[in-house]
Amino acid sequence: MADSAPATAEKLPKDLAAEKGLVNVQVDGTWVQVPAGTRMIEVCKIAEKEVPHYCYHTKLSSPGNCRMCLVQMGMPNRPPPGESPHYEDDGYQQISWMPRPVIACANTVTENMGIRTTGELVEECRNGVMEFLLINHPLDCPICDQAGECSLQEFSVEHGRGSSRFEEMKVKKPKNVEIGPRIRLDDERCIMCSRCIRFMDEVADDPVLGFIDRGTHTTLTVHPGRRLDNNYSLNTADICPVGALTSNDFRFQMRVWFLKETKSIDVNCGTGCNTVIWTRGNEVFRITPRENNEVNSSWMPDSHRLNFHYLHAETRLGDPFVKIGSKHEISDWPGAIAKTAEELSRFKGEEIAVIGSGRMTNEELYLLRRLADTLETDLLSLVPRVGESDGKLISADRNPNTSGAKLIWASRNPYAKLESIRQGVVTGKIKALIVFYEDLLGDAQFKADDLANLDFLVSNHILTNKTAKASDVVLPGAGFAEKRGSLVNITGRLQRLNQAISPPPGAMDDWEILRDLVKALSPDEPSRYLLEEVFGEIADEVEEFEDLTLSKISDLGIPIVETGESIPLLESEKARITAGEIVG
Amino acid sequence: MPKVTYIEGKEPHELERRLIFRNIDRKGWNASLKKYVSEGGYKSLEKSLRMEPGEVTQEVKDSGLRGRGGAGFPTGVKWGFIPPENKKPVYLICNCDESEPGTFKDRYIVHQDPHQLIEGMVISCFAVGAKVAYIYIREEFPEAAEIVEKAIKEAKKAGFLGKNICGTNFSCEFYVHRGAGAYICGEETGLIESLEGKRPYPRIKPPYFPAAMGLYMCPTIVNNVETLCHVKHIIEMGGKAYADIGTPRNTGTRILCVSGDVKKPGYYEIEVGKMTMGELLHDVCGGPLEGRTFKAVIPGGSSAKILRCSDTYNVSSPPGSDKREITFDEIPLDFDTMAACGSMAGSGGVIVMDDSRRMSWVLNNINEFYAHESCGQCTPCREGSTWMKKITDRLVGGQATPTDLDTLESVAYQIDGRTICAFGEACSWPVEGMIDKFRDELLADTAKDDVGISRNPEQEAQRRYLKEAPAPVGSS
Amino acid sequence: MPQTILTDQVTSHETSGTKHHPPFEVDSTIEREANARIRQYPAEHKRSAVLPLLHIVQSKFGYISSDAIEWVATKLDLEPIKVAEVVTFYPGLRQHAPGKYHIRVCRTLSCAMGGSYELMDKICELAGIDRSQTSHHNPVAVSPCGTWSVEFAECLASCGTAPVCLVNNDFHEDLPAEKASELLKSYK
Repeated sequence: MADSAPATAEKLPKDLAAEKGLVNVQVDGTWVQVPAGTRMIEVCKIAEKEVPHYCYHTKLSSPGNCRMCLVQMGMPNRPPPGESPHYEDDGYQQISWMPRPVIACANTVTENMGIRTTGELVEECRNGVMEFLLINHPLDCPICDQAGECSLQEFSVEHGRGSSRFEEMKVKKPKNVEIGPRIRLDDERCIMCSRCIRFMDEVADDPVLGFIDRGTHTTLTVHPGRRLDNNYSLNTADICPVGALTSNDFRFQMRVWFLKETKSIDVNCGTGCNTVIWTRGNEVFRITPRENNEVNSSWMPDSHRLNFHYLHAETRLGDPFVKIGSKHEISDWPGAIAKTAEELSRFKGEEIAVIGSGRMTNEELYLLRRLADTLETDLLSLVPRVGESDGKLISADRNPNTSGAKLIWASRNPYAKLESIRQGVVTGKIKALIVFYEDLLGDAQFKADDLANLDFLVSNHILTNKTAKASDVVLPGAGFAEKRGSLVNITGRLQRLNQAISPPPGAMDDWEILRDLVKALSPDEPSRYLLEEVFGEIADEVEEFEDLTLSKISDLGIPIVETGESIPLLESEKARITAGEIVG
Repeated sequence: MPKVTYIEGKEPHELERRLIFRNIDRKGWNASLKKYVSEGGYKSLEKSLRMEPGEVTQEVKDSGLRGRGGAGFPTGVKWGFIPPENKKPVYLICNCDESEPGTFKDRYIVHQDPHQLIEGMVISCFAVGAKVAYIYIREEFPEAAEIVEKAIKEAKKAGFLGKNICGTNFSCEFYVHRGAGAYICGEETGLIESLEGKRPYPRIKPPYFPAAMGLYMCPTIVNNVETLCHVKHIIEMGGKAYADIGTPRNTGTRILCVSGDVKKPGYYEIEVGKMTMGELLHDVCGGPLEGRTFKAVIPGGSSAKILRCSDTYNVSSPPGSDKREITFDEIPLDFDTMAACGSMAGSGGVIVMDDSRRMSWVLNNINEFYAHESCGQCTPCREGSTWMKKITDRLVGGQATPTDLDTLESVAYQIDGRTICAFGEACSWPVEGMIDKFRDELLADTAKDDVGISRNPEQEAQRRYLKEAPAPVGSS
Repeated sequence: MPQTILTDQVTSHETSGTKHHPPFEVDSTIEREANARIRQYPAEHKRSAVLPLLHIVQSKFGYISSDAIEWVATKLDLEPIKVAEVVTFYPGLRQHAPGKYHIRVCRTLSCAMGGSYELMDKICELAGIDRSQTSHHNPVAVSPCGTWSVEFAECLASCGTAPVCLVNNDFHEDLPAEKASELLKSYK
């Protein structure tokens, strides 16, 4: 038996891996190839071995404080000085296992390393840490909002004891503390993993959280007189592995296990944060960020995630209205569409203008342009909505689909004609106006008197507003959680909006409204039954969408155009990944 | 050299060999630079500045010096861990956060011989390439901080510190940084975090080995006061000559601090391994108090496992020879044998207990210390140290059962080896050692069964309620 | 009802010792001393000066008030919680006014064996101090007259001369309970 390489000319596994810039690591007996320097916990993830953890988060620094991810580590036997290493028949070196456990979250792998995520030592460590975490925990799961998505609950099923050995007094700490307008703190539930502190220090750049006291009395808090009122504060509740930080908005509204999750995207700005919409029945209960390292990392601004309550507002429009005399009367849909088509056909093309919204989907924008084409008008514009970038995830463009409009309308500036439309309305040159998804008296800066000049105004809205009141026909549409479609964010990424709930009875999905209107005005238009057909037309027509279908857009979206724009938070995150501070 | 005489009543024992403590308690000695220089002070610095930094490190490596802070890691090897390609500033930190219970040597060095420390530090800075050094002095030594700051000023004025030291190109600044009463700051990465103005939470290793990523993420060498003083003597006599002191692998002298139940507690500087436990306790320290016998000894600061004086130990003594049985009195005082006996030489703090001491009380006192000092960063230590203290609180009060003792032992093993820093071992070893050696005595302090045991007020209230509450309505 | 932050954990309180300490006020001397300490550290790491600045405050004003925390935070461009994190961690930093003479008795093993608990009891008896209300958050007990305050300290590192204590910055060793009265007299 040769004591170095096997007799065959075959290459050793280490050389095969090295050719790909990888190393071989054995996880619970199975070899995997990963890049050298990968954290052990990530290697275990690749090998599909679960390593329970609390403090580790890929987007934050690793203090290694929870000790839940302890695993056993093994290194290849070191040959005696002057001798070459011995390879077994399978081409690997024998592994000697270290008697002391190591944390998987911060240790990195090298060639021929071994990791054991099971076995007596690892089990003992996990059970021990689990017991320690629970001795001072109030065990108030029946009244805790985190129940159902609590890591303490989850891991204690597997690694906990049936009963407690702790018979001493528990440590008393503050409970039900309002540390900010949107976040509430229960210090007795806190396991001191410091994720929230690290998030506020490292990501939100607003280091208002900290620990006071020491040892078992360590207490999470804000300074008296200071508050956790940052626009990213709710992310701390997302990453809190226990029920210490909970959202005031969602608190006690619904048990999480009753909620249905729908993957979607945020429509409050051009970034298009990836989200999960949590619903039960036909109601949205909360929206949380969904990890997408090309868009929003793992985070989302509070102002955006909380902007859904209007979907269930009392001012929600339920049925189409047609103005008869000076009064709005409820109509049925065929009646409202027919009335609109009939009224519009009274005008010449140059007397009609169409105003859409940068919040509309690609499919809606496409049909809106078809509508303008049908009516032979080139007065088509979106309403700009510009704010200041917050230097993180909120882009200056508060419309989520400007990039999509540019592509679909083949226009460098889809907002360009708004001013001339407004002038046309003021001078009376424009007699009929079609408005989708915008209140003209809002961001479009029309005046109430201007609208009085119009002969015919048809508008589509979700909530009642002054434009709706002035309209001859009101076509109630669907909110962002109630429809499907695609949008393109500021960086040029095509993303999918998904339907989580249904629009109110009587309201209709916006693309269907547009489809019916186009068909009513031009019977030669093709019949469109599915949203996919509209997308297909876009794919045929717009180069960037070529060969794509709605279902080909994955949950994480696909880049389709270079816009030259970037998302500031991702840039700073990239720098931290390069510096080795975070895994990313 | 003038003949060294000492203050009456504080003369060194004849079995001592004074190197670091040569000037402690000396007649006519004071902490001034003038005095220090008049007896050849800063000559070793001048000698080292004529060498290459690498040569200085090599001398320290040759000397076999092992860190005197507690872990006993070879100093020269530690210095060698600074990455050779390093471009960042290098820092040296003197750890004067002496806080391991039973240890009291640094205080005397900085109070009475601060220039010895400063000289050792400048040499060390030169060897590792540090331009700035911080002396981290525990808050409980307010006078020491003043003395060292004054000594720094003197040394700067005399050109032994600051710009162009001794007329060479080498420049170095020293600053005093005062702690604020935390045992955890003795842990080198905890100390670094404290120096950075943060909570002194120890860092995980890997990746934060101070020699590569220490203070401000720059290479940093943290050494104990006594260790840095030894550097001066190593340069003075040469590494190889220094290695002749003591025993192989356990070279040089070290200061043992004896406290507790002996006739003459105090500090004694000995050649490592050249003295036995019996010589130390009986000859040097004068034996047990009148009418008492020695019961147990904690040999290396309170985190070292306790040794029973009536036990025999199966070890290789001298190191490398075949194993043999030796009595407690025969244990040589070196790093390796102490480890072989199941404890550690640690910081050199020897705490002696005689037959008047109740071990449950001793253990509870130690547990209270560690529960108070746990920084609370990582789970096992934060929760476990206080849990252990709560159990021994009851044990001392006669409110614990034999089962509680089992729980206590298993809690200790649940902490041991699973924490970020060595505090986990520091707080669990005393419990493990005590239960191992004195289980019967501790069991004698427990109540035989659960009847009448009061564990905590909440449980009491619940018991009262269940006993006194009227039967629920509707029950028959 | 939501709780407010438990302010007694973070902020300072009046004690009978308050009258012995000047109210927190920053003058040019303190600014100068603080700036000198800040210069000990690289400019981009001035956070390092947290402990030195807090020591300046405590030595001048006896304890660290909320105002002082804000001052240190402003001086070092930190959020005040980052200063409070440090203040509340270290037992050597006080948030409550101690007495004119603050006595710290070592309670760790060697001193306890040498009689430090008895020493503490004796000092309390002589100074009229009630220690029953001390807690983890406020370990200091002050005499009704405000002259004396006591606190147990962990190992003061003079185990060979147990029991030992610190009175303000003065170190006292070999101090069995019988010598307590003598000790207090020397400070009257």
